Order: sequence, then structure tokens, then C-alpha cells
Amino acid sequence: MELLFALVIGALTTSGVYLLLRARTFPVIMGLTLLSYGVNLFLFASGRLATGQQPVIGTAESYSDPLPQALVLTAIVIGFAMTAFLVVLSLRNLADNENDHVDGRRESATPPSKLEQEVSDK
Amino acid sequence: MTHWLIAPILIPLLGGILQVFMGYAPISLRRTLAIATTVLMLVSAIVLLAFASDGSYRVYAFGNWQPPFGIVLVLDRLSALMLVLTSVLGLFCHIYASGGADEGNRQFHTLFLFQLMGLNIAFLTGDLFNLFVAFEVLLIASYGLLMHGGGTSRTVAGLHYVVLNLAGSALFLISVGMIYSVTGTLNMADLAVKIPQVTGNSLNLVKAGGMMLLVVFGLKAAILPLCFWLPKAYARATAPVAALFAVMTKVGIYAIVRIYPLMFGEDAGELANLGMDWLFPLALVTLSMGVIGALGADNLKTLVAWQVIISVGTLLAPIALGSEAGLSAALFYLVSTTWTVAALFLVSELVASQRGAAGDSIVTAPKMHHRTFLSVLFLIGAVAAAGLPPLSGFFGKLLILQSVEPGVEMAWLWGVLLVGSFLTLIAYSRAGSIVFWWNVDGHLETPEPMNNRVAVSTGILTCLTMLIVVLAGPLSDYTRATAEQLHDNQGYINILQTPVHVPQNPLVGEIN
Repeated sequence: MELLFALVIGALTTSGVYLLLRARTFPVIMGLTLLSYGVNLFLFASGRLATGQQPVIGTAESYSDPLPQALVLTAIVIGFAMTAFLVVLSLRNLADNENDHVDGRRESATPPSKLEQEVSDK
Repeated sequence: MTHWLIAPILIPLLGGILQVFMGYAPISLRRTLAIATTVLMLVSAIVLLAFASDGSYRVYAFGNWQPPFGIVLVLDRLSALMLVLTSVLGLFCHIYASGGADEGNRQFHTLFLFQLMGLNIAFLTGDLFNLFVAFEVLLIASYGLLMHGGGTSRTVAGLHYVVLNLAGSALFLISVGMIYSVTGTLNMADLAVKIPQVTGNSLNLVKAGGMMLLVVFGLKAAILPLCFWLPKAYARATAPVAALFAVMTKVGIYAIVRIYPLMFGEDAGELANLGMDWLFPLALVTLSMGVIGALGADNLKTLVAWQVIISVGTLLAPIALGSEAGLSAALFYLVSTTWTVAALFLVSELVASQRGAAGDSIVTAPKMHHRTFLSVLFLIGAVAAAGLPPLSGFFGKLLILQSVEPGVEMAWLWGVLLVGSFLTLIAYSRAGSIVFWWNVDGHLETPEPMNNRVAVSTGILTCLTMLIVVLAGPLSDYTRATAEQLHDNQGYINILQTPVHVPQNPLVGEIN
């Protein structure tokens, strides 16, 4: 289970960071969302992985750590609010700049091809 | 256990909630209530300063949980100093904002008060995860404030700011998780006990966590590789918001000062002085970068925004060296520079409002209105910021220069700081002489009226630098005592032994 869990966190974080570095707001938001999923799972794992145990002391022989669960809940709530705000902000950015480039650039992100350059030179 | 500790958090919280429901009330009523809230907060901060100046730690345990188990607020000299610094700044920014900048957004005062609340939680908390929550509270309020007033340029700068800080939050959570997985606690005092005991493989985990925390605080404080978001965002915010943001970078510095000497200080065994040898060169490079930016600025607000980065570099260099004198000097300079930079933001906005189409660009333009008043304020601010005698910036920089032990560090710090100050002076002289002296013929047709609230708050905030000079003795005594207290970790660790109040007659009841 540990290996699977670690792989999932790794995959989420890698994809998150990759998408975060894109130049359009939509992939950036997706990246931040994936990153926060990865972070939440990581936080959860910091209390050690266990199945079938209660987070209450005194009811059974062993118990699972309740604190990371509380931390994850807080992190989820905060992350959700921040993502919602970011979505609205990106829509505003799209409306203001008529473009969803993160720098508000109007021209295309790829350099013009040779043919286009020759045309514009003439 | 005194209940005063919660006052600087509760007052803006309640005031802010009240403002939420008053979105459609007359603006004068909203302003009066909002400023009354800020005044009350200042009063509570001053009471806490009086409490803290006896040098003891005061603990407020939520829900009466014995310290390592619940969330605690801890008041010591450093927290009290930061609270008063923020409250004073908040009050003047608030008065300035009530001069007209708060129109156009019904929830301006709500956001402003929540921002102050987030700052106060960050300064009072004694729990690492609670510090994260405080950062998020102040950040989400700052997102709203940064967008206040709207405009395309603000949207783009705001988008960068939000995305960067969200990435920073993710990093914060990862480092918190790493530290928790090894130590099993997030209470700062308990961490100071547990981290020196960590050995073996877990050591690297804590080390990675500690270094990642430094990156997060570096992003908040705008240390060099992480500072490029700042000038754009600050230069485009409305003046009172930008002025309040002058204290936001100081939250990052506060977190470094609070956490690193305590958890990774001299006593931390193999993790002693973690990251500090990185911080010193980075601070000097940040300082140089800020100076270059200031020299290249093409409008006043950008110039002041780069000044924020200069002061971050100046503050972190002595902190990274870790001496008690250095820390004391840095805290003295922190008070001075925060108020000065904030005042300069307000002055820039006033200048922009009196120059018609030229705004705050550093270009020749027709003679502005109220030129004498504004140029005197700019002169005071620039002298304090560049660090010329007789104003407080000079004393702060002098203390920082004096605090360094002779050696390689001294050569570097003296060299960079002195040359940097000289070049800053050139940047301010250039900006000031072009904006105030080099006028072209012609006059502005429609002067924007400058109301009293705006003028008075800017004037007083600018003149606080003189107050610091008058009170330099008591203030430097206080910062010296603060540095002493911060270096004595045992005092902070002892809060774990604080007896919490237990009710005399606990309810008789059987559990299970």
C-alpha cells in the first residue's frame, strides 16, 4: 500500500508542477488543483498509513493519528476556497485581456513561422 | 491566563463581520465603525506591549488544552512589537483609505480588517500549522485588496501573485507534513524540544522540511530568486493597500526570526543554524537587486516597491549572521523601514493625484498642486529610506553596521550596504528632482481636491520617522531585550509547563 500511495502522490505532484508551468490559466489552475491533491495525500500520510483503526484513544489497542486528518480537512477547505477565487480571477483575466495567457499577452505564444515573417516584412 | 491575548484577533474579526452585513449602509457610518475598530485594535496592541515589556511569556491556550496538545497563542516582546507596528500602520492606512480610496468596493473595509486579523494571528500564534492558517487568512484578504479598484494591469499582476502564493502554500504544507511525520508535534515550543533529539534517517526529512519552510518564508519576504512578483503587484495596488502590504514582507521576516533561532538555533545539534549560510549571501544579492531596480524605476510607486526589496535584504543580512546585536539592530530598522516605505507609497499616490495625466511617472510635467507640502513629505520619506542623518533610517543602518563582527562578513555587509545606500540616494534624488523641480510650462486644468483625511494621515505617517528618532533610546532598549529573549530558547520552551486553568468543579460524568 505504501508504494502505491507514494506513486500516486508522486504522479499527482509531477503532473501538477508540469501543468503549473504552462502559459495558459486553465492548465495552471488544473496544475494547482492536482498539486493540492498530492499535498493533501502527503499530509495524510504523515500520520502513517493504517486501515481499520479509529482515531480515538482508549477504544482499541492501537489507534490512527487524528491530527493529520484534521490538518488535511483544513487544507482541503482552504485549497478549495483559493481555487474558486483563482477560477473567478482567471475568468476576469480572460474578459479583460480577451486572452487566457497568464501574462495577458495578446500575440500567440509560439514565434511566427518563416512564411509569416516574410509576409509581414513585405 | 489573560484574555487580552485574543483581543487583537477578535476585534478585527468582529469588526469585519459587522462590515459584511453593512455593505449597503451609508459609507460614512461604515468608515466610522471601521476606523473605530482599528483604533480599538491599536489600544489592545499597546496593552499587550505593556504586558510583554516585563520580559515574560504569556500563553493563551484555546479550549484550555495543555500546551503541546492544543493551539496556543504566545505573547512575547517580538509579537507585541509587531502587533503595535502593524496596528499603527493599519490605522493610518485606514484613515487614508477613508478619504476616498474605499469607494467602488462595498467590502473594502471587511477585507482590510480581515487582513489585519490575519497579520495579528501570524504574530501571536505558537503553532506551525496555525501559522499556515494565518498566512492563508491574510493572503486571501490581500488578494481581494490587491484587485480593489480593478483594471487590466491589476488583474495580471494579481494573477501572478495568487498563483505564486498558492504554490507557496503547497510547499508550506509539504514541509509541515515532513516535520510532523518525524516529530509528531507542530507546537513551536515542543518542536524546539524534539528537533534536537532527531537522529538518523529522519534527520534528512526534518532538514528538507526546514529548508522548504525557508523557501516559503523567502517567498513571503521576497528574497531574491522569489521577489519578482513584488514590484509589479505593489506598484499597481491602491496606495493604502500598497502601504499596508509594506508589512506583508515583514511577516516572512518575522517567521524566519521566530522559527529558525528557536527550532534550528545553536542548540539544535546537527541541524544547528540550518539555512543561515544560504540566507546571508541571498540577502546581500537581494539588497543589490533592489538598488538596481530602484535606479531603473520609471515611476514613483515602482521605486518605492523596490525599496521594499532593499529593506528586506538589509534586514535579513544581520539576521542571518545570528548575533544578538544584529537581531536587535534589524528589529530597530524593521520598525523604521516599514513605516517609511508605507508613507512613501501614500506620498506617491498623492503626488500622482496632483499631477494630472503625468501621474507618478518620473517625467517632467506641469507644476503640481500642493507642491511644497508634497515635496517636504517626499524629502522626509526619501531621507529616512536612504538612511541619511538625522532620520531613523540612518540610526537603523548604523546599528546594523555596528553589529557585525570584524571579518569577511563585515567587509561584504559594509560594502554592499553602504554602496547600496548611496545608489538608493541617487535614485531618490533623481526621482525627486525630476518630479518636483523640473517643471514645464503649462498648468493642470482640473486639480483633484486633496481632502484632510488623506493629507493628515500621510503627513503623520511620514513624521513617525522623527518620533522614532526621539524615542530611539527606549526603542533600541526594547529591541535589545527582544533579541535577548529570542536567543534564550529555554524561556519559550517553558511555555509547555504553563499550568492551564482547570475548573474547580468538573462535571461529574463517566466516560465510557
